[in-house]
Amino acid sequence: MNLWEPALPAIGPNEHHKDPAMLKALLALLLLLPLAAQAGDADFFIAAKPNEQASLLQAWAAQPDPARLALLSAMQQGRLGADDTRKLRLNNRLRGLLDNALASHQLLSDDATLRLAAARQLQKSAQPAQVAFLDRRFAGEPDAAVHAALGLALANLQLADSNPAVRLAAVRLLGETGDPMARTRLETLLDPAVETDAGVRTAAETSLAQVKRKLLIGELLGQAFSGLSLGSILLLAALGLAITFGLLGVINMAHGEMLMLGAYTTYVVQVLVQRYAPGALEFYPLLALPAAFAVSAGVGMLLERTVIRHLYGRPLETLLATWGISLILIQAIRLIFGAQNVEVANPGWLSGGLQVLPNLVLPYSRIVIIGFALCVVLLTWLLLNRTRLGLNVRAVTQNRNMAACCGVPTGRVDMLAFGLGSGIAGLGGVALSQIGNVGPDLGQSYIIDSFLVVVLGGVGQLAGSLWAAFGLGIANKLLEPQIGAVLGKILILALIILFIQKRPQGLFALKGRVID
Amino acid sequence: MKRRSLIKAFTLSASIAAMGLSWSIQAAETIKVGILHSLSGTMAISETSLKDMALMTIEQINAKGGVNGKMLEAVVVDPASNWPLFAEKSRQLLTQDKVAVVFGCWTSVSRKSVLPVFEELNGLLFYPVQYEGEEMSPNVFYTGAAPNQQAIPAVEYLMSEEGGAAKRYFLLGTDYVYPRTTNKILRAFLHSKGVADKDIEEVYTPFGHSDYQTIVANIKKFSAGGKTAVISTVNGDSNVPFYKELANQGLKATDVPVVAFSVGEEELRGIDAKPLVGHLAAWNYFESVENPVNTQFVSDWKAYAKAKNLPGADKAVTNDPMEATYVGIHMWAQAVEKAKSTDVDKVREALAGQSFKAPSGFTLTMDKTNHHLHKPVMIGEIQDDGQFNVVWETESPVRAQPWSPFIPGNDKRPDYAVKGN
Repeated sequence: MNLWEPALPAIGPNEHHKDPAMLKALLALLLLLPLAAQAGDADFFIAAKPNEQASLLQAWAAQPDPARLALLSAMQQGRLGADDTRKLRLNNRLRGLLDNALASHQLLSDDATLRLAAARQLQKSAQPAQVAFLDRRFAGEPDAAVHAALGLALANLQLADSNPAVRLAAVRLLGETGDPMARTRLETLLDPAVETDAGVRTAAETSLAQVKRKLLIGELLGQAFSGLSLGSILLLAALGLAITFGLLGVINMAHGEMLMLGAYTTYVVQVLVQRYAPGALEFYPLLALPAAFAVSAGVGMLLERTVIRHLYGRPLETLLATWGISLILIQAIRLIFGAQNVEVANPGWLSGGLQVLPNLVLPYSRIVIIGFALCVVLLTWLLLNRTRLGLNVRAVTQNRNMAACCGVPTGRVDMLAFGLGSGIAGLGGVALSQIGNVGPDLGQSYIIDSFLVVVLGGVGQLAGSLWAAFGLGIANKLLEPQIGAVLGKILILALIILFIQKRPQGLFALKGRVID
Repeated sequence: MKRRSLIKAFTLSASIAAMGLSWSIQAAETIKVGILHSLSGTMAISETSLKDMALMTIEQINAKGGVNGKMLEAVVVDPASNWPLFAEKSRQLLTQDKVAVVFGCWTSVSRKSVLPVFEELNGLLFYPVQYEGEEMSPNVFYTGAAPNQQAIPAVEYLMSEEGGAAKRYFLLGTDYVYPRTTNKILRAFLHSKGVADKDIEEVYTPFGHSDYQTIVANIKKFSAGGKTAVISTVNGDSNVPFYKELANQGLKATDVPVVAFSVGEEELRGIDAKPLVGHLAAWNYFESVENPVNTQFVSDWKAYAKAKNLPGADKAVTNDPMEATYVGIHMWAQAVEKAKSTDVDKVREALAGQSFKAPSGFTLTMDKTNHHLHKPVMIGEIQDDGQFNVVWETESPVRAQPWSPFIPGNDKRPDYAVKGN
């Protein structure tokens, strides 16, 4: 409490001289505060008008009091206290000020990691009124990492200091960060009207060049990552097709619906887990993987046995039949689940992202999907090249009659291979449900991309699909910032058409005598 | 290409078959009412509930004895988010089913596609969604907001201290007529407020776009240059991946608020709303507004959804276009009573000045000349339960300016409806 008394007169005037009535109200509030118990803060806050609430938060941020920490933490959760049922309505501005005030209070904590997070928050949000407080904490901070982070937060504010030497030190310090905000702050200092000291201006120029270099690295890494991520999604969407279309030669228009079935299975698993085992909700995507594989593979094998096997060697009829099946599946899903999209929530460990550089966050969901895609490719490759089933599949693909002569049960192999392709599509559906929409039309939006990947990669080649997916993903992401998403998509399509004209067999062609 | 035309042929023939089976038995004692909303495709997320709302309203009117002593009979068709199919379906409604009025369309591109049909056949369309203006057909009544009833107040709010005092604006939209025109108006408006071109960025994505990584990275980069707000005219289910990406890349509403013109309670049903708390939407109605008319409206809708066993009925919500549909149908019914006829020309005349106590808590009036409703403007922040907390609203309904003064040449446009405009 004693923190309050000496600084009281300094709080209001620089902020609120425009509004004397409000100032008076605020001062009255502040004067009353030390007398009241801490629960009183909550009452004052809830009774105040939004403008006064903002001033109150600003004042709290400049003059933190450890006893208020609990209240501020609760407020961030939308409550006024652990056992307070009153509803707290905040808007964006108040929420921002609250984050800042809370960070200010967390600096007083004994926990170094909490202080570090608080210092990082203050780098973004600290206000000039907090300089004195930050200065004190900076001087007394024992932990090196927190000390450095606080130094940066302080440097941002010191750019406006009246002493050129302080400004110079701040500018030099900012040059060492890759913070995108630092760039704008330094840019304003280049103007002689803003920054009168020539020495500081030159230092700002050097620091700016440093910051820009660091930002560029972050940007390039970010583009490469989004390319890889898009590639992994294309790969998951196309991998099943690489088997059903690539190896078996079935023009499977219902492939997209296998993805959709996988995504809906994820939804059903989520609902079931929510209902019967809420404790395991965090891990429902893992449970969904085998379920989605089983459902899609089951439907795939059923289709193969009932429809597709009668149509081998008749591509046009297969195309029409599978397309009809896709419409039936879409309509069936629409009848069961409705035409609306269903909500598939990301579990905690798939939400948020990893902050690699100040301007580069890699979302966990995308990292996991890239890893997952590579795992699926690896498993598929092992299955096709290291198991008896794989050997049979390859034999049947290359020469059905000869394989049959050697005793390979071609019918069963066809069914299993089709099931495998569909099952992999189901796995893709689980991944897609984590980043996009889950609706009856989900498959429709991926079927074209899937065929593109398989055709571009070279029919019958897993490796081709891998390269084609990542190639398309990266090319797409390189083009998008330059010419926009719409034109980028058109250009990619045009390039693929040209490429296929030049090289109809795709990137990788099967060598040897392939029977069609 | 082949696939698409096949789809079209299939749906068309299937629906014609269905029509022939079901609707030819009814006698002439009813008034037929067309409902033209996409029940499949990328817009189904938004439009399906409008169809159900229209059916509920019609049921309620019938329960009170119908209109002019006749029952209303709904004719529902599915144009499947396919713009040319909208025109075919509306022609079918007007010529084969001979409906007295059509309630329908969401996207402006679908409205533009049916407009020539309605003008040619002198039909009557009620359009329930906020849109870009620049249109005033004698055959259409617009019960959604014009830009000055939604987009411009929203940007004014972002500029205010309470809204975060944004200095830079990232205009993100789906690539079609509504976002492009709205952004043209907003750019002119921002210019008039002294925002320079370097502080405005305009980006478009195709319908159904699902990869927002690059765009969110660009928003982040852009926002480093000063307090930024995103103005989103992204339509349909693309909103889900966009908001998911925003949350995953750690862009919070306190740093960069996103104000959306096409995201309401219904769209948020498909998203986990917790990471979105604080993002904004501008509409003329929210489910959370508190007044007796709205309490009745919301409970009617929830009961209807449960009774009809609509998908997700336990979590049924109302939203602005649903309210506009509800108001539109009631106003049309009132006008038919007043005109004592369903004749389009007589109903059009009777509609001018018609008023209705709406769930938004205001009495809305159909303008005497410009075919638009006078509407209040509200700005809401997303709450963690997927509802909106109204943070700002106008004191009274605002008259629509379909011809935005921020587009050059509009000062010469007449303030009444003319064909072919």
